[in-house]
Amino acid sequence: MSTTSDLRTKSAPPKRSFELSMLLYDQRYRSITIQVFFLFLLMLFAAWLIDNTVNNLRALGRDFSFAFLNAPAGYDISQRPIEYNSQMTHGRAALVGLLNTLILAVMACVLATVLGVIAGVLRLSNNWIVGRLMTVYVEVFRNIPTLLWILIFGAIMTEAMPAPSAFRGDDPASRMLFNDAVAITNRGVWVPSIMFLRDLGYFQLGPVAPSITWVLAIAIVAAGIWANKKLIDHATRVQNATGVRPKTWWKSILILLGPIALYFFALGAHLEYPELRGFNFAGGTHLRNSLIAMWLGLGIYTGAFIAEIVRAGILAINKGQTEAAFALGLQPGKTMRLVILPQALRVIIPPLISNYLNITKNTSLGLAVGYMDLRSTLGGITINQTGRELEGMLLMMLIYLAISLAISGAMNVYNSRVKLKER
Amino acid sequence: MKKSVLLGAFAASALVAGMAQAQTLQTVLDRGELNCGVSTGLAGFSAPDANGVWQGFDVDKCRAIAAAIFDDPMAVNFVPTTGQTRFSALASGEVDMLARNTTWTFARDIDLNLTFVGTNYYDGQGFMVPRDLGVSSATELDGATVCIQTGTTTELNLADYFRANGMSYEPVPIETNAEAQQQYLAGACDVYTTDVSGLAATRASFADPGEHVILPEVISKEPLGLVVRDGDKQWEGIVRWTLMALIAAEELGVTSANVAEMAEGSDSPEINRLLGSEGDFGAMFGLDSDWAVRAIAARGNYGEIFAANIGEQTPIGLARGLNAQWTQGGLMYAPPFR
Repeated sequence: MSTTSDLRTKSAPPKRSFELSMLLYDQRYRSITIQVFFLFLLMLFAAWLIDNTVNNLRALGRDFSFAFLNAPAGYDISQRPIEYNSQMTHGRAALVGLLNTLILAVMACVLATVLGVIAGVLRLSNNWIVGRLMTVYVEVFRNIPTLLWILIFGAIMTEAMPAPSAFRGDDPASRMLFNDAVAITNRGVWVPSIMFLRDLGYFQLGPVAPSITWVLAIAIVAAGIWANKKLIDHATRVQNATGVRPKTWWKSILILLGPIALYFFALGAHLEYPELRGFNFAGGTHLRNSLIAMWLGLGIYTGAFIAEIVRAGILAINKGQTEAAFALGLQPGKTMRLVILPQALRVIIPPLISNYLNITKNTSLGLAVGYMDLRSTLGGITINQTGRELEGMLLMMLIYLAISLAISGAMNVYNSRVKLKER
Repeated sequence: MKKSVLLGAFAASALVAGMAQAQTLQTVLDRGELNCGVSTGLAGFSAPDANGVWQGFDVDKCRAIAAAIFDDPMAVNFVPTTGQTRFSALASGEVDMLARNTTWTFARDIDLNLTFVGTNYYDGQGFMVPRDLGVSSATELDGATVCIQTGTTTELNLADYFRANGMSYEPVPIETNAEAQQQYLAGACDVYTTDVSGLAATRASFADPGEHVILPEVISKEPLGLVVRDGDKQWEGIVRWTLMALIAAEELGVTSANVAEMAEGSDSPEINRLLGSEGDFGAMFGLDSDWAVRAIAARGNYGEIFAANIGEQTPIGLARGLNAQWTQGGLMYAPPFR
């Protein structure tokens, strides 16, 4: 009790010196006593768990070591974003798996977001058929477990698509799509890939070796987007000052597409088409069945949840906003894009974060269709070949935790930018 | 799939929770049945029949051991395990032993703290392809798509074989034999690779087995063993010597038909010791002297079990080959009972 509160209360309780029984009977101290007590219990439990693990590992004659990560893996991985062969280490195999996890997570997040926003907006459509169709999509997909969707898409790919041998011969049973550019088979989809006559090679970045050509391409595109934003800002300033908005569309196109087109032309970019060679198609980019099944399964399934989040976000905006926008003469499309959605984002972003986290964690279902993600490499084959369950599981949990926290952190930064600015 | 995640987590938590590792026999006796880890379904080796009763070559080993312990070959609880979950299931105590196509390797024996009590079946890894693929040798498989069960030695042998022969391939990792069969038949892979016995068993269950060929190359040694945990010599002894009793019984001419009669006593001291009419070997590992009689009476000796489940008279049609008795030019050789 401080002296100031003594002044404010009329009859201050007589000052008592601290007694031990007050820990239990005095409301001021009791909560602290309880908290300390439970913290102590929790620590005891943790100590018991650790002690038990250590003792039982010793009883089994097992040590606790991550040295297996440096041993040769001995197994091959189908989808390799970085260089890998069976002579490389278990650690390298885990890294390949991690990259596969991230590739799938990004692809599925993009698909889920696009589908979710479209379905969420259209579900509120005044068109009865469009609205009901979206309701069907949302209810069907979010009420059936994602693993089943993954297996269904996997089964469709393997059972319903033609084998590569069906493309062979003078009068083949199946033909490639888009002027012999895309082959859809029961072993995956082959699409053309961009190749360069004058490749700039690779640089070593820790354990991975990114292509200089592509890093530069991404940098040029990013610079183009940045320059375009400056141009638009300038146009807005001119409009604010003079009331006339200068035409920017052709400048935008030039800034966005010009440099990258020049760059590609200078390096001799061309498309490499897949062609049937031996047992399978070769050349181009091979999107394996497992990747497609996981991508569609996770993306479409989570898209249904995002659709509901988007719908909730839009409905959370006062109808007066729409009416005001209409009163100003804005068309429905522009009303949605310029007035409703920017405000709805404040409601949409936080639950969206948790859906992105769900997608990332659900990528660990990959083993169901043989997708070689972190769970299948480190948590599957490596654990099985080395027998290091405890180490492997702990490492895997740590990595998933780190990925999730990183996504969560990045999305929170974005959230703080779009949330209501209170001045 | 999800199950293996759960089992992995279970294995970790079982380590944490602490399992009684020794005294397996007592645990089994108290429970009243043997928990035996088998594969998730491989015709002829371990698969439930139309009535849901497990049948097969591996299954009968479990039944013989259950008979030796309980005098009841049906006192077995079969736990299907995948290539990924089997060792976790054994290490955590979920099963008492593994009788499934598990290859005896150095690392598994030493580093995984398992004990391979003996070889149940000498096998090797092979390749199966559809006949219309027109492939007659594994050396023609450059660039092929290969279905493999993950978490097996098969995966490692495959990588070694293609690397040693300078060929490339596209692995399609699959969890169980049933899934592999489905993928292979759908044409999602050109080749299915596993142990030759497994290929024969899988092919036998196809609608048209004649349309598939097993290539002549056998690329590895796969001694498939019965497996127990380290650290319980008594239990290890029961499992090892039940297997040895089945093998010795075939060598000595003891069958399920004549075992009761021979147990009365015979002219051969070796048979008498095996069947307990001379000496008392059963007591040395906590069973009575008739243990081997019951084990042999359950499903017959090694040769009978082989013939009934996977022999040439069955749809699987495997020849004895390496698995014949040593006296017949094979590798089946039981140490002496004395």
